[in-house]
Amino acid sequence: MNYLTEAFDWIFDPGHYGGFDGIDVRLTQHVVISLAVILVAAVIAIPLGYLVGHTGRGRGLAVAVSGGIRALPTLGLLIIIALGVGIGLTAPFAALVVLAIPSILAGAYAGFEAIDRRTIDAARAVGMTEWQIVGRVEIPLGLPLLIGGLRLAALQVIATATLADYVGGGGLGLFLFRGLKTNDYPQMLAGSIVVILLALVSEVAFSVIQRLAVPAGVSAGLKQDVRVKSVGFHVAQG
Amino acid sequence: MTWVLENLGLIGKLTLLHLATAIPAIVLSFVLSIPIGWVANRFRWSRGTLLAACALLYAIPSLPLFLVMPLIIGSGLRDSINVTISLTIYGIALMARSTADGLAAVDADVNQSATAVGFSAWSRFWRVELPLAGPVLLAGLRVVAVSTISLTTVGAVLGIGSLGLLFTDGLQRSIPEEVMSGIALTIVMALAVDLILVQLGRVIMPWSRVKSGRAGGQPAPGVPQAVIL
Repeated sequence: MNYLTEAFDWIFDPGHYGGFDGIDVRLTQHVVISLAVILVAAVIAIPLGYLVGHTGRGRGLAVAVSGGIRALPTLGLLIIIALGVGIGLTAPFAALVVLAIPSILAGAYAGFEAIDRRTIDAARAVGMTEWQIVGRVEIPLGLPLLIGGLRLAALQVIATATLADYVGGGGLGLFLFRGLKTNDYPQMLAGSIVVILLALVSEVAFSVIQRLAVPAGVSAGLKQDVRVKSVGFHVAQG
Repeated sequence: MTWVLENLGLIGKLTLLHLATAIPAIVLSFVLSIPIGWVANRFRWSRGTLLAACALLYAIPSLPLFLVMPLIIGSGLRDSINVTISLTIYGIALMARSTADGLAAVDADVNQSATAVGFSAWSRFWRVELPLAGPVLLAGLRVVAVSTISLTTVGAVLGIGSLGLLFTDGLQRSIPEEVMSGIALTIVMALAVDLILVQLGRVIMPWSRVKSGRAGGQPAPGVPQAVIL
């Protein structure tokens, strides 16, 4: 546990703040890179996911692509891009976007699919256009699952952005890799602790947002306790 | 292809190291998540608590966890056991949820019938509940297997042996072919293990074959859809 104390001493050492390799600077980089990646991935994945969810077409393809990317090792992807475009932020950024897309895509179409078909038929029956159905029924009801997808993507991106500095892309990975090179375990541990805390903060923040995203008076979009749901099902059948 | 042909020995060695690190993690997470999933599903208080704890474990980034592991278990910084144990933790985090969901989806009438015809709680669990939850467990295990095999490569940045060393070595020596073969081999290994699991599922659970096109094909509800690092 001695190392742990040293790691915390390392984190709280004022000399480790400010400048090119300060903890604050690297933390900001890490957060900005992660947010930018999520934004780019969301711009690509959400419209696609909504298209799949609304039309029901291309679902098989979306599932296959998501599954395939799961098997793709991000470190390898990052390095092969880096060999092409050189070291810097481009390679990790591209690799992280690829990594983030499946979760967001799945969240977007699963959010639409989870909606009771009768709700959508009812919307159509009262005269809503397709655009109104998407904008005023499907998007609000699908929001909690979409945010769940964003939450998972954020987690993966924050974790994987640690690798960015392996090819000189910046972020908190610096402390891990520099510590490894100089055999400085407290520094590695300090960097690891900061990354872990950042991931946990993102989880907590998203779980709060996910709760707030449920439209008032609607709990149907939220995943229930399976047992509660099956009890409800039996009641409905009876 | 020339690089691959000239380095078959290295590739074979790294493939074996990769399997030796990943397979124990996959097996352990499956075995350990059965009691955890059972407890999660058995009591009203435990489901939320245990599944929240699993979600939190899953939120720990892998490379930092590999680095913290020596502090917890007293291993060396570059021991592959750090990777195996870390990946087991992620595996449990995913599998415990699948197991709990699968058990919860078993119809209460079936359980009551089993009790009525004389099953003890113990044998009912092993011979009725667990087999019926099987397809959901299999779907969860497939996700765990694929992401574990993919994540094993990350250990390479610490110098821990796996196919990931083809990435780091390929970067240092600027051999794109080496990196590409590492990516291809990792994907092939993940797909091969996935295929084996599907076939095992068909043999062990012949009753699910009728609808296995769906049951085995997609992750269980609630299983996060991707790899984390």
